[in-house]
Amino acid sequence: MAETTASRVTGPLPAPPARSSGALPTGRARRRYRTVVAVLGVLAAGFGFGLLAWDNPMPVGSDGFWRIAQMRGTNLVVMAVVAICQAVATVGFQTVTGNRVITPSIMGFEALYVAVQTTAVYFLGVAGVVAVQGLPQFALQLVLMVGFAMLLYGWLLSGRYANLQVMLLIGIVIGGGLASVSTFMQRLLTPSEFDVLAARLFGNVSNADASYLPLAVPLCLGAAVLLWAGSRRLDVVALGRDASTGLGLDHRRETMRVLFLVSVLMAVSTALVGPMTFLGFLVATLAYQFTGAHAHRYVFPVAVLTCFVVLSGAYFVMRNVFYANGVVSIIIELVGGLVFLFVILRKGRL
Amino acid sequence: MITLSGVRKEYSGEVAIGPVDLRIPRGGVTALVGPNGAGKSTLLTMTGRLLGLDAGVIEIAGHDVARTPSKDLAKVVSVLRQENHFVTRLTVRQLVAFGRFPHSRGRLTAADEEVVSRAIDFLDLGGLENRYLDQLSGGQRQRAYVAMVLSQETEYVLLDEPLNNLDMRHSAQMMRHLRRVAEELERTVVVVLHDINFAGHYADRICAVKDGAVVEFGTPEEIMTGEVLTRVFETPVTVVDGPRGPLAVYY
Repeated sequence: MAETTASRVTGPLPAPPARSSGALPTGRARRRYRTVVAVLGVLAAGFGFGLLAWDNPMPVGSDGFWRIAQMRGTNLVVMAVVAICQAVATVGFQTVTGNRVITPSIMGFEALYVAVQTTAVYFLGVAGVVAVQGLPQFALQLVLMVGFAMLLYGWLLSGRYANLQVMLLIGIVIGGGLASVSTFMQRLLTPSEFDVLAARLFGNVSNADASYLPLAVPLCLGAAVLLWAGSRRLDVVALGRDASTGLGLDHRRETMRVLFLVSVLMAVSTALVGPMTFLGFLVATLAYQFTGAHAHRYVFPVAVLTCFVVLSGAYFVMRNVFYANGVVSIIIELVGGLVFLFVILRKGRL
Repeated sequence: MITLSGVRKEYSGEVAIGPVDLRIPRGGVTALVGPNGAGKSTLLTMTGRLLGLDAGVIEIAGHDVARTPSKDLAKVVSVLRQENHFVTRLTVRQLVAFGRFPHSRGRLTAADEEVVSRAIDFLDLGGLENRYLDQLSGGQRQRAYVAMVLSQETEYVLLDEPLNNLDMRHSAQMMRHLRRVAEELERTVVVVLHDINFAGHYADRICAVKDGAVVEFGTPEEIMTGEVLTRVFETPVTVVDGPRGPLAVYY
């Protein structure tokens, strides 16, 4: 996805008309966009390769090197899946809700994930952690989360209260309720059970099982490509309900379509690695700053690349500098939060 | 021609609009006037299919707005609400280019760019076309939205209180632009106005709405009389002869 855009942008462009309405109207804006994509691409490749090669005892390129790299490669694929899911889902969700300071996790995906994990451990003990692992269980969690989201959307967007704000509010309340129930159950666990559970409640790339990937990769790619293909319609949705209806877009249908795809992406990401509350919000905001354009077809690739860079960078640092495998979400929230504040304070607008 | 027959909209047990029967002929500027809460904006937004009807039929140039696909209707009628939340990262030109969406589905051709340029020049936005929307004053932004609606190139243009928040100069300018839209571009403009004097001076037809019903429909000469306006607005109105036509004095 990122590659196609990059090549389309870097390819020979027809001489632009003197007055252009394109998303990147000037040569300067186009150069800037190309530079951003190139820098992010290099960073992504660098961190990706770094994760495979750093501390790899075998010489680069040898048979043994690739054997070790292959084992680490799973993590890299997981990161790519999470990057695509979080980035695309958040950008899409922010557009249909017309709100730039929320993430789709507000709809209770993560609370649901935590509740499922906690319930399993609560009733089955330490064995419960094992009981919710495996491909069928993974699929079941996906169905549960997407089903939950669609129920909420469908009920709230088609009924008497067809109002996005009400839907968000109810999503928050249900999420909060689920979180409280989970916290209560966690209180009743034995310390050892709690310890095992806590490890799964941090967003962690190593949570993912390679056996989930055959299901996760196609779902993630499918939903992301569908959203990306509808970029031009999303641009119109961003104008708001009335303006987009006036321009002939079926606003409700488009909203439902996007929300469905968002819920698939969020479910895949959450069921794969656990909660990553802040990541999507961070990269969506950064992507808008980096791209300097409103057009989704330019924002999506930058968001995905940014997300991959943040994720793999954080993972690289945690693994090779702090030797603290597994708590990637902590460093993302810390460093990401600081970067985020810096960008916002410098630019002064979202 | 826009035809409303038996149109009803119920908000709650007590507040209801209609049944309204109205025929707005092709061409010219038609102003919808009336007291607050009379239902002017509701009628306009229902005609622009932004709001569903509870009963009745609205037809624009023979297209039933409830049945015609929104996509096709967007080539016949364009509609602008009074409040538009705006995207800060859009330039004026990019906003105006959205008006071409019904025709090009977002892939602008050279012909589309030309239409966009014309709409921008028509509203004197040429110098502002590369500014971002959050760098504009309220009046300029309002003009940018009107330019977007014009670049949609529909025969019917519906505007909900386009003079809202505009000062004297910009209000008069906007009305002159709308007159030119009707005369030079031969579009049918329907506009909700608050100031009866603007309606009296710039409109070809005035439609007075009160308590959810159309109570008067006619030329400015017919409507701009003390007796009619007093009845419609439920406040004493005297119409005097001003230097440029009749003037309603209500204070």
